[in-house]
Amino acid sequence: MKKVVSKGYIYLVLLFLYAPIFVLIVFSFNESKSRANFTDFTFKWYQELFRDELIMTSLGNTLLVAVLAAVFATVLGTAAALGMKNMKKRARGLCMNLTYMPVINPEIVTGISMMLLFVYISHLFDWELGMITVLIAHITFCVPYVILNVLPKLRQMDQNTYEAALDLGCTPFSAFFKVVVPEIMPGIMAGFLMAFTFSLDDFIITYFTNGSDFQTLPVTIYAMTRKKVNPKINALSTILFLAVLIILIIMNVRQARAMKNKEK
Amino acid sequence: MKNKMTAFPYLIWMAMFIIIPLVLVVYFTFASEDGGFTLDNIVKISQYTPIFIKSINLAIIATLICFVLAYPIAYILSRSTEHYQRTMILLIMLPMWMNFLLRTYGWMTLLENEGLINKFLSIFHIGPFQMINTAGAVVLGMVYNYLPFMILPLYSVMTKIDYSMIEAAQDLGCNPVKVILKVLMPLSLPGIITGVTMVFVPSVSTFIISRMLGGGQNMLIGDLIEQQFIGSTYNPYVGSAMSLILMVIMLIIMGIMSSFDDDEMEGIVI
Repeated sequence: MKKVVSKGYIYLVLLFLYAPIFVLIVFSFNESKSRANFTDFTFKWYQELFRDELIMTSLGNTLLVAVLAAVFATVLGTAAALGMKNMKKRARGLCMNLTYMPVINPEIVTGISMMLLFVYISHLFDWELGMITVLIAHITFCVPYVILNVLPKLRQMDQNTYEAALDLGCTPFSAFFKVVVPEIMPGIMAGFLMAFTFSLDDFIITYFTNGSDFQTLPVTIYAMTRKKVNPKINALSTILFLAVLIILIIMNVRQARAMKNKEK
Repeated sequence: MKNKMTAFPYLIWMAMFIIIPLVLVVYFTFASEDGGFTLDNIVKISQYTPIFIKSINLAIIATLICFVLAYPIAYILSRSTEHYQRTMILLIMLPMWMNFLLRTYGWMTLLENEGLINKFLSIFHIGPFQMINTAGAVVLGMVYNYLPFMILPLYSVMTKIDYSMIEAAQDLGCNPVKVILKVLMPLSLPGIITGVTMVFVPSVSTFIISRMLGGGQNMLIGDLIEQQFIGSTYNPYVGSAMSLILMVIMLIIMGIMSSFDDDEMEGIVI
């Protein structure tokens, strides 16, 4: 009985979490624009979605910024983690405080504070906010996640292996790439993926730093929700949901397989 | 490997794009338009006190609801089989991967006056209820968007709790309420603190949820700040002052939260 109640409760919460998503999916196939009456089945909103140039350009922008921001943040963050590991406790503490700042600060404050700086500089040099400022902002809020993923891996690493490589004739450079990098690779990858997904998903900070011409997908979605009923949003949601679902299933199957192989 | 220099580009980057912008916020807070020192911006904000109080209230309510909903889930999951745990955590995380604008838009569809919930209720001749554009809808949006932020830290702390502690308490005559208050709660405190912060901070500073689900009558701090920076009423002076006050509120709340915790969080405290 107890088990039934507790399982039932979890399913209720899941229903709560998925209800709006299912509604969006169902109504993406609705012929009429109504959000309450399902009249007839259609794919026309999907066709219109792919024909919408603004959405397609913003999708391209989003992917471009996410890739660039994740790569930059990963390089900058990994280098920072390596340096921070060698610092004295006090200096490292200060660096960690700096790292936590964009993580803890409300996003809107991070967004407007960077906007103040960018607007100030743009007045000085007669230049406009756009892709560069969005990219800078994304790198800034992504780097901390790379550091927070790489540092623990560096701590777990056995310092002696690096020295052994040096003793055996490696140059510091090749010792670093042959010994240290493979060891901390899982942390680097995790940091990269976090940076990438956060950049893809970010709305608030982009909204304040993008100027008037450069739009990412979340910014475009926001503009669409401000207008009247727009079933293209439903079609877009359905596609994004399916994409996420497929990626997560693949990741989980691979993870499960890796765990099984380990057990053997 | 004894080189600290590799952290320098990062430190310079953060100084330029985190520290200087925050210094600018402080500067604009106390600057007048001709560049002199003034307290006017802060004084001007006092007229918005009701909005600040409303934001904090709604965020506290949303945080409490999240906590009450999430605590049993985290407990049930931490006591289930490993396979069930993995699947459920995945299912709880999955909606988070979709942009929150889209999910909130989904709620607009559900809550509208001619929306699905009212339509469903009308079958039983109940309603229609005014749900969208109310403070309740804003709280619902906050709970919906941030509930996983409460579940995950609670869950990860509870999987580490030794179940024999609970059994021992029961054997020694604790009733279920006492077990929860005296054993489970103290042991899961770090998770509670993380969860509460992770729900409260985005809730109190949101401007999207209030705009999409609250209509015009449910302005929050976030909406106020956004209005100062985007649109025709560009006023970075008052906007900065509001942001500074928001940050102070946040620091106070987080200070209160961390005072409950004996173990200091690594890194945050020097």
